[in-house]
Amino acid sequence: MKKPNRILIREEYCMGCRICEVHCVVQHSKSKDIIKVYKGEGAKPLPRVIVEEKGHISFALQCRHCEDAPCLEACITGAMYKDKKTGAVLCDEEKCVGCWMCIMVCPFGVILRDVSGKKVASKCDLCIGEEIPACVKNCPNGAIVCQENK
Amino acid sequence: MRYVIIGNSASGIAAIEAIRECDKQGRITVISDESYFNYSRPLISYLLGKKINREALPYRSKEFYKQNRIDLLLNKKATGLDLRNKDVLIGKERIKFDKLLIAVGGTPFIPKIKNSNINGVFTFTKLADAERIEKYVKANKAKQAVAIGGGLIGLKATEGLVELGIKVTIVELADRILSSTFDKKASGIIEHALEKIGCKLITSNTVEKFTNSQSHKVTAVILKDKKEIKCDLVIVAIGVRPNIELVRNMPIETNKGIIVDNSMQTNIKDIYAAGDCCELKDKNELIAIWPVAVRQGKIAGYNMAGIKKEYSGGLVMNSVELCGIPTISVGQTNPKGNGFKILEYFNKEKSIYKKIVLQNGRIVGVILVGDIERAGIYTGLIKDRVNAESFKECLLREDFGLISLPSDYRKHLVQEVSVII
Amino acid sequence: MAKRPAPTEFIIERDDQKCIACQACVRMCSNDVHSYDEQTDTVTSDSAKCVGCHFCGTICPTGAITIKRNPSEFKLNANWNAQAIKNITKQAETGGALLTGMGSDKPYPIYWDHILLNASQVTNPSIDPLREPMELRTYIGRKPDKIEFTVHSSQLTEKNKKLSTVNCELSTKLSPQLKLETPILFSAMSYGSISLNACKSLARAAAQMGTFYNTGEGGLHRDLYTYASNTIVQVASGRFGVHKQYLEAGAAIEIKIGQGAKPGIGGHLPGEKVTEEISQTRMIPGGTDALSPAPHHDIYSIEDLKQLIYALKEATRYKKPVGVKISAVHNVAPIASGIVRAGADFVAIDGLRGGTGAAPTMIRDNVGIPVELAIAVVDSRLREEGIRHQASLIAAGGIRSSADIIKAIALGADAVYIATAALVAMGCSLCQKCYTGKCNWGIATQDPYLTKRLNPEIGTQRLVNLLRAWSFEIKEMLGGMGINAIESLRGNRQQLRGVGLSDTDLKLLGIKPAGEAW
Repeated sequence: MKKPNRILIREEYCMGCRICEVHCVVQHSKSKDIIKVYKGEGAKPLPRVIVEEKGHISFALQCRHCEDAPCLEACITGAMYKDKKTGAVLCDEEKCVGCWMCIMVCPFGVILRDVSGKKVASKCDLCIGEEIPACVKNCPNGAIVCQENK
Repeated sequence: MRYVIIGNSASGIAAIEAIRECDKQGRITVISDESYFNYSRPLISYLLGKKINREALPYRSKEFYKQNRIDLLLNKKATGLDLRNKDVLIGKERIKFDKLLIAVGGTPFIPKIKNSNINGVFTFTKLADAERIEKYVKANKAKQAVAIGGGLIGLKATEGLVELGIKVTIVELADRILSSTFDKKASGIIEHALEKIGCKLITSNTVEKFTNSQSHKVTAVILKDKKEIKCDLVIVAIGVRPNIELVRNMPIETNKGIIVDNSMQTNIKDIYAAGDCCELKDKNELIAIWPVAVRQGKIAGYNMAGIKKEYSGGLVMNSVELCGIPTISVGQTNPKGNGFKILEYFNKEKSIYKKIVLQNGRIVGVILVGDIERAGIYTGLIKDRVNAESFKECLLREDFGLISLPSDYRKHLVQEVSVII
Repeated sequence: MAKRPAPTEFIIERDDQKCIACQACVRMCSNDVHSYDEQTDTVTSDSAKCVGCHFCGTICPTGAITIKRNPSEFKLNANWNAQAIKNITKQAETGGALLTGMGSDKPYPIYWDHILLNASQVTNPSIDPLREPMELRTYIGRKPDKIEFTVHSSQLTEKNKKLSTVNCELSTKLSPQLKLETPILFSAMSYGSISLNACKSLARAAAQMGTFYNTGEGGLHRDLYTYASNTIVQVASGRFGVHKQYLEAGAAIEIKIGQGAKPGIGGHLPGEKVTEEISQTRMIPGGTDALSPAPHHDIYSIEDLKQLIYALKEATRYKKPVGVKISAVHNVAPIASGIVRAGADFVAIDGLRGGTGAAPTMIRDNVGIPVELAIAVVDSRLREEGIRHQASLIAAGGIRSSADIIKAIALGADAVYIATAALVAMGCSLCQKCYTGKCNWGIATQDPYLTKRLNPEIGTQRLVNLLRAWSFEIKEMLGGMGINAIESLRGNRQQLRGVGLSDTDLKLLGIKPAGEAW
């Protein structure tokens, strides 16, 4: 496994613009074209990043891909698995039956119910295949950053 | 090192993965009395209701056993243990072990009902049950069924049968369905939904006897109050209890389940138990749910392989979607006595119910019906025994999230546990 | 008709093909210009509220927003232009003085744009800054009248026979100096007029680039003490935040007599903006107006100024340069001369184009003179009097590029102060609405929702980039002139020529007209 990086959330710089949400949706769409996704293609995919806001505090929260992830144990179908190469916790949507046990145990509440089609658990997948996750790449104020694991 | 695991479900597989993490060489033998590689037991109701097909059943792939070099013995039922020689007895066959894990799960509780030795009466805990029921329904063109027990298994079976076009009547002993985890309001929402899809619900009643046809097939159930309900099929789903059959009359300590300490070891050295069949010595904890079984299996596996790990206790919790309504319950949801504070949100029109139970400022239980977003945050607060006094007003608000929590606890959560790419 | 809405300055054009109704603009605009209609799922804009800060256009993920000047026009009138009409309308409405922010935007002549630099051709060849060492290092402070050395004859023994140099030592005691790696400093912007994140960005960039930033009259926030060795602390007429640690922390002390944006009047930070943090830093009660009087009420003559300068030097044990900042006014030359003779180690001259967080529009646009002329006449005057070496000169007020810096130095400055340019580097688009405290870029505001937008890490990086880029351009231009040290350019009027200037301008600037050789 290559030396892991980390995503850090810095709530002191989050402006609450939610552009991370927009790009997460685009990244998980068919066409990956922002105009097509929002004005054409039909139902938009769910964003996997949750922006929490209260007063002037805000931050974007996504799956922490925990070492000892409780969702891995709670999953009754084995759909939740840890990718051996990257260490990311991923959900195999083919296997998922939407029992929501993972939602029940995730202490960050970052797994969502996707009921747009087949009921599946939806969460951050670190934009597999991309070098930098879309939210990190597009945050205008450096509130979501990648950092070399020291 | 010879590891032997009796049982091929949640605990067994978790134990295998834990052992293989530390010990790539040791020999692992798995003894299963079923004929399938491995499957996710909760999925049998989805299979019955044709929401999934057989290909989707396996919990781990077929290659799992090859990859982890497991000797898998299917269709073999362990009949006894020779503690002195450290053997597992399968009839006359003997399997030697250095470390043994008993992960045989639970057995359905069979109530005393007169005339129950007839066709058409099934329990619903194994894949074989689902297959038999499906066959029976087809062969007998079953149109109506009775589900005895309004708990999780009974309701999931009911859903499956409804998908097959069968009219179901549910008979429940308590005054409401899901009585162990839900309160009146929560049960009410689901009861209403069940009635909408054509189910009948009879509460505060039990089945006393079955009636059968000439060909020994069930034709009706007779309730305690002598009422008769005609049916072609009965599912008995009153509950599950730990399967301690194997260790009966042995020096292995049992109570309701096989007694284990925090390292999942029984009172006999090198013999471990995990999952639905075991009972924690500490607090007599007996929580028969999937995530607990997996965690216990893992801990047992580590300890068997020589790595000391402790099981720190579990929470009663369940997530089940019934009639399209998602529900989650965690912890103490029906507290008795004083010293509890209840926070509630009930929107009848939208079928949304949220209840938080607090004790001395700490969240000890939560019920969510209809809206289960961010449910896990409550679970985390219950587990970490966080004092919620300072933010309890925010708990039921729509914008409740990590942001409602005190910032140092939140920072601890978010920055200690960081993402690895 | 009694009430008239404020004139609409900008029109917002939204490209509906590109707008995805993500509502980022709705959330971000502190003036509530954009709003989302749930029924139609569209975003609309109320152009009347737009101040033209361009934050929405910058953040829009599809680039759907264009900000245009409102094409609505009055009948052409060379005397009664649109601005004059709008000003009177506003004052008839409010009965108050017109307020504005940033520096004067009036079309007075910009002398920088009429001055041209020299380059080597044939003789005195150019120097390539990428291959040869180029010295930008500048020392701010009083230079000695003469330098004396003590020579020791070396004791040559068998052991140290290889000692070939004679041991000599500087015996003149030097006044304290500020060492700059590049002749650019960040000018005074008080914490209160700008956010703490903006101050942090300036401080960190100054520390990284080996230069200095100025606290302005807002005092020094405790989080900024780590950058104290790159801080010039200001003692202004309100004496905000001036206490023992403050004076001891700074690398230099600047007495602010005036600033280019509002010569002759004091400053005013409205009570609403005096938050808990500002109250603590400035040492005033929270929620009260922070008023800086026009004069220092203990300086009514040049002798009083000399007293204050030496009082500060005594208090800091003569370890730091103590300088004075003045606005460029008509008599700037004799005033500067007096200040130098009063013992100032540096004189900062802030010209007509100097910026501010809030000033009366009439004062900002009509009082003071351009810094180009001011520096030239002060430098000439001090040289004539033979006291040019006694203080460094820092030019301030609308420095927009490295070319302006080179010209300022050639006209006589030792270094320049930049402020508006630094803010633009951090995102400012000069909408001139600083006094409202609603700066969308998180610069001129204390609203925590807005100040988050200025991430000091990013701010610092952008300022460092700016200084680095300008420093390189300065080196290139120096090299082009065949000069390899910035000190060879100081006051070197021969390297400048004027174009399109009158004889008087040329005389005041002390430069020849383009076309004329030595």
